Amino acid sequence: MKNFFRISFLIAIFLGFQFNSNAAEKVEYLKTDWSFKGMFGKFDRAALQRGYQVYQEVCSSCHSMKYLSYRNLVEEGGPEFSIEQAKAIAASFEVKDGPNADGEMFMRPGRLSDKFVMPYENEKAAQAANGGAYPPDMTVLVKARGDGVDYIYSLLQGYEDPPAGVTLDDGVYYNKYMYGNKIKMSNQLSDGLIEYSDGTNASVEQMSKDVTTFLMWTAEPHLETRHKMGFKAIIYLIILTVLVYFSMKRIWSRIETKV
Amino acid sequence: MSEHEYTPKSKVGKWFNDRLPLLTLANHLTDYPTPKNLNYWWTFGGILTFCLITQIVTGLVLAMHYIAHADMAFQSVEHIMRDVNYGWLIRYIHANGASMFFLAVYIHIFRSLFYGSYKSPREVIWIIGIIIYLLMMAAAFLGYVLPWGQMSFWGATVITNLFSAIPLVGEGIVTWLWGGYSVDNPTLTRFFTLHYLIPFLILGLVVLHIWALHVPGNNNPIGIDIKKPSKDTVPFHPYIVIKDGFALLMFMIVFAFFVFYTPNILGHADNYIEANPLVTPAHIVPEWYLLPFYAILRSVPDKLLGVIAMLSAILILAALPWLDTSKIRSAVFRPLYKQFYWILVADVLILGYVGAMPAEGLYLLVARIATAYYFLHFLVVLPVLGFKERTTPVPLSITEPILGGSPNLAAVKKKDSFKDQ
Repeated sequence: MKNFFRISFLIAIFLGFQFNSNAAEKVEYLKTDWSFKGMFGKFDRAALQRGYQVYQEVCSSCHSMKYLSYRNLVEEGGPEFSIEQAKAIAASFEVKDGPNADGEMFMRPGRLSDKFVMPYENEKAAQAANGGAYPPDMTVLVKARGDGVDYIYSLLQGYEDPPAGVTLDDGVYYNKYMYGNKIKMSNQLSDGLIEYSDGTNASVEQMSKDVTTFLMWTAEPHLETRHKMGFKAIIYLIILTVLVYFSMKRIWSRIETKV
Repeated sequence: MSEHEYTPKSKVGKWFNDRLPLLTLANHLTDYPTPKNLNYWWTFGGILTFCLITQIVTGLVLAMHYIAHADMAFQSVEHIMRDVNYGWLIRYIHANGASMFFLAVYIHIFRSLFYGSYKSPREVIWIIGIIIYLLMMAAAFLGYVLPWGQMSFWGATVITNLFSAIPLVGEGIVTWLWGGYSVDNPTLTRFFTLHYLIPFLILGLVVLHIWALHVPGNNNPIGIDIKKPSKDTVPFHPYIVIKDGFALLMFMIVFAFFVFYTPNILGHADNYIEANPLVTPAHIVPEWYLLPFYAILRSVPDKLLGVIAMLSAILILAALPWLDTSKIRSAVFRPLYKQFYWILVADVLILGYVGAMPAEGLYLLVARIATAYYFLHFLVVLPVLGFKERTTPVPLSITEPILGGSPNLAAVKKKDSFKDQ
């Protein structure tokens, strides 16, 4: 037991160190309560649908979503659009297909099985259209940033005038949450920019929250299943552990030695 | 191997056993006399076996869906995470399983250090263990490259470049390892092949590790030689099986918590960005379990000497049975060694911490002091301690812990009454 406390003590010091060093170099992010956090966290269905709308109307003109298919919009644990809605969404995009019997490539309306249509042909085209900066693919963006959803939520609302002494090149903007504060994406959100189909007031804060929720889902489409299964698995393991513990006590009692 | 001759009861069993003594082996494993005073630090051997099998089984499934190609690896991992049935579960178990494996192996190694399990007659078990540990690090590193994220790519670049420190042939070796002039598709395909191979080498070595263990039998918390089988031992089944099972379940709860609730906390966010040879990440850091060695590598200003220091830090462990000159195994009876043991634990944790920090200023200074102390512990403290330390009296057996020095009245009384009967 003494050793156990010593180890716990060492680990506590170690973690304390880590925590302090992190706190020293990081800015305070804007806080909001995410419905998907915690052991029973679930996505807010309406927020996902609104978030998709923000992505579609604002982000998707530059940012691709290449690992997502239109069929995913229908799947359980996601925005759960109806099949008709998702089919209509897919059909609103032109997809390059082919070659046909004549050896020609052709355009056709999108289907559920298609991947999200990319805004640019390739990375070079994306860079050329954005002053040399490549707008990153958004599918796993939340997981590709150390501070995840809080970072993206804050960044979208973090645009301000540069402090005195900071000079910005053309096409570079100041954002207080961006690593290094300089960002090549201009402020995209403004109050009332889009009209939510469910009538929610489209404030910058609301849109940031909705689109970040949507991005969390695109990065972790099975999050709800994972949380549910995890709860069952851990409860199962705890019950089994208790049973095995009493079996162990019983078996060892034959030789009267404490375990 | 077995202490007593075993003959199967059934005729068929006997016929088969005379030709291949598998039943004798099974009998040996269940009856294997184990010290009855083993504490929970001894359960990590079984936990490690579980970890190895979990990694092999999940890895097998992942390999069915993964594509080892520079243009498709990242995408195929996303395919596993999204479209393969329960692919996310299999991958998260595999990725977190690597960390759990190392957590368990570090506890296993430090248990051995505390109770002197590496000492005669268990040197061969210990050395096989060190080889397994080396192979584990190789497998973990190779596996981390496979998703072909930014940390995969740049980690592979940094680690393979270490070989360029070798005089004369270094550059040639690096090109040979890469299969080209930079980390690219040929590197990925060979890393995948080796990542698939190494676990089976580990499995073979684990069999040898256990075989070598079953010759002298387990060490125990008081570190004395015991007669087997005797009052001091219990048969492996059911006593140790149920105890290991209980500890394994506790371990699995922690494991499950990581897999289901914080599956990415032990990885680096940059590895969700596809590998890009043109963009270098701000900080290239290895996985947490390699950080102490990374700190040692960076604390030496010269590249070649740094690599030598890092390798020596691991290989020095193989010489441990001869560096530790004390005749007493368990730290329980070595008051001074016990203090130095905990200093070493703290030293390694500090090395791990500074390994994650940029190599500059105070961090670099701390890394250098901690590196120096690490070697000092093994090369100076341990050999000297064996001669200078005044150890406390060691009991004669587990069941009758009568101290050689001051008599334990209760125990003496019990012994006397035993004589009377």
